Amino acid sequence: MARIDLDLAHAYRPDPKADSDYALLPLKMSFEDGGAYALLGPSGCGKTTLLNIVSGLLRPSQGTVTFDGRDVTALTPQQRNIAQVFQFPVIYDTMTVAENLAFPLRNRGVAPDRIKARVGKIAEMLELNGQLNQRASGLSADAKQKISLGRGLVREDVSAVLFDEPLTVIDPHLKWQLRRKLKQIHNELKLTLIYVTHDQVEALTFADRIVVMTRGRAVQVGTAGELFERPSHRFVGHFIGSPGMNFLPAALDDRGGLSVADQPIAGLVDPVTGAALSRAEPFALGIRPEYVEVDDVGDGVAALPGTITGVVAQVQDIGTYWLLTAKVGPHTLKARLSAHAQPPGVGATVALRVLNPHTCFYGADERLVAGATAPAAPVSTAAAVPASSSAPEGLA
Amino acid sequence: MELTLRGVSHKVGAQQHLYPMDLRLTPNAVTVLLGATQAGKTTLMRLMAGLDRPSDGRVQVDGTDVTGWPVRKRDVAMVYQQFINYPSMTVRDNIASPLKLRGQLDRAAIRKRVDELADKLHIEMHLDKLPAQLSGGQQQRVALARALAKQAPLMLLDEPLVNLDYKLREELREELGQLFAAGQSTVVYATTEPAEALQLGGYTAVMDAGELLQYGPTAEVFHRPASLRVARAFSDPPMNLLIAQGFGDRLQLRPGLELALPGQGGVTVGVRASALRVTQQPGDLAIQGEVELAEISGSDTFVHARTEVGELVAQLTGVHDFELGAPLTLYLNAAHVHVFDAAGLLTRAPERRGAC
Repeated sequence: MARIDLDLAHAYRPDPKADSDYALLPLKMSFEDGGAYALLGPSGCGKTTLLNIVSGLLRPSQGTVTFDGRDVTALTPQQRNIAQVFQFPVIYDTMTVAENLAFPLRNRGVAPDRIKARVGKIAEMLELNGQLNQRASGLSADAKQKISLGRGLVREDVSAVLFDEPLTVIDPHLKWQLRRKLKQIHNELKLTLIYVTHDQVEALTFADRIVVMTRGRAVQVGTAGELFERPSHRFVGHFIGSPGMNFLPAALDDRGGLSVADQPIAGLVDPVTGAALSRAEPFALGIRPEYVEVDDVGDGVAALPGTITGVVAQVQDIGTYWLLTAKVGPHTLKARLSAHAQPPGVGATVALRVLNPHTCFYGADERLVAGATAPAAPVSTAAAVPASSSAPEGLA
Repeated sequence: MELTLRGVSHKVGAQQHLYPMDLRLTPNAVTVLLGATQAGKTTLMRLMAGLDRPSDGRVQVDGTDVTGWPVRKRDVAMVYQQFINYPSMTVRDNIASPLKLRGQLDRAAIRKRVDELADKLHIEMHLDKLPAQLSGGQQQRVALARALAKQAPLMLLDEPLVNLDYKLREELREELGQLFAAGQSTVVYATTEPAEALQLGGYTAVMDAGELLQYGPTAEVFHRPASLRVARAFSDPPMNLLIAQGFGDRLQLRPGLELALPGQGGVTVGVRASALRVTQQPGDLAIQGEVELAEISGSDTFVHARTEVGELVAQLTGVHDFELGAPLTLYLNAAHVHVFDAAGLLTRAPERRGAC
């Protein structure tokens, strides 16, 4: 096992200049010893390039890869002591399940009794112990991929185990069970695991920390909770969650008053946030649909603190929640309301509370400028709270 | 247009691919065909298109019997899973091809129509490129634009988004929903994903193993599944199904765990994952268990738990952390459950607020 440090960039063409010349823009990143990591992003974001650089299948065009402080940039996967699991099962059909699992150990001259113990342990974890003496050739795709996973995990002395979309061939109904297995195995074995996927469920469920990538750039490394609560880049806010984060243009006036989508907002921006924002203009307000509170105000009600006014354009019954789409001038805002709430009708004028402890602000470079403002405006007085106030799902 | 199937069935050799079904599609709206792979969705679409002839029964379009009419005599547009475009034509010519074939519009009018569609599907900047120069999502947009250009009264889409990244799927689904809502065509959209049906809205026909199980407004079918089979097909994560014993005014899940609901004898209590909570409200039933895994989808956390009433899945909004094996209490209100009788038919569904 090893701590892995990257300080590198990769371009497939010589002498890269523009950002678009890079498959992987210059990055500095560490994978802690024993951590479970996921590389997540849409196709073409550079995640497989990054994985291949860690494994040694690809040499970065600039910079270094170090394992526990040792420069391994020029070493092969074998020399780096990397185990890999691919999308499709890679096993020996003529061997039994036990022989397949033992193969990486036998190759390295591990003593037979140690092999037996280790194979037994891995087989038990993956629930393959009933099939140990069966030929691999007759097994289902699911079982074969479990053998591949087992072979990746069987050695105790590897620097890291790398997975490239390993659950692609698994039946959807069995996926969660394998995710659970992988998580349990990581808890027990404490191997350094790096897992590439474009599937947010897989990444967020499996990993302690997720590296979100887009266009050759790693834009955030964080826990599932951090990616949800404090996306450090607009792409993360958009990519994580369905639907993703709402963004509205915002501005500060000379006296520090905030306006969102050209509406002055009667809310409080604390001095620290205010100072950060005044340096970042122009900027955008970001809030997740789960955290937008919706009040049906009808006509002529004064703006509630922390809210802007919009008109309901669409109300969808998504079964487990209501998805409300509101127009705020030319902008669109989505809110997720509890299935037990009474949603306002299409065409209703609503107050949308967009300023609360979950609000984020983003600069013109799309990066997080400041997290939430001071505690959201106190829950309004009785007079200001209409009877049909719908609590957002995330705050319920 | 109004498409009606009367007693339609389909057999290949001795194999029954579709059992006899009657279905009248709501005109100028979207109907989602929802079912697992092998449920018969594609077979049914091929009969609707006229690509295959039903073994039995009649297909009617606006009252006219079109059974056995070949596909070229029907006015149908189709979109498949794979992105099918003419590889040697530019995007503009691809989209224009059905309009040119029809020959009713002059060049300027065709140009205008193509520009409009390209705008709608956000491919206006790619009109002069070849399909191979585009990403998968863009290629599928071209195929969709071509199908829309045809302005066929019947449009059939067979899992059109299945090969795309989930964010792209989300975007296109929303755009398609808006295009369908314009009500210019009768649209049939096949999918395996319950979430897709709910997001598209419209009407849903639930299929399973060659049978049409239920047809109605999508939300209505979701909230009032007529049978256990429909509830299973139209839930993701699967609806939790608990065996219970009815004692007149209460349903016993196990001694000491009872719901104050009427019922007699053996029944099945269906609990949607979203009906389970980790915070208690007055009148809740408390179910003890331990965490098997917390799956995080981005917007929701799906907690798999082993409990005193069996395996349960709970859906919580937002991102929540749970240690594997941690003790967990799930809370359930009797008002939020479905009840199915011994024959598997719905006898009770939760009341909904805001139902239209």
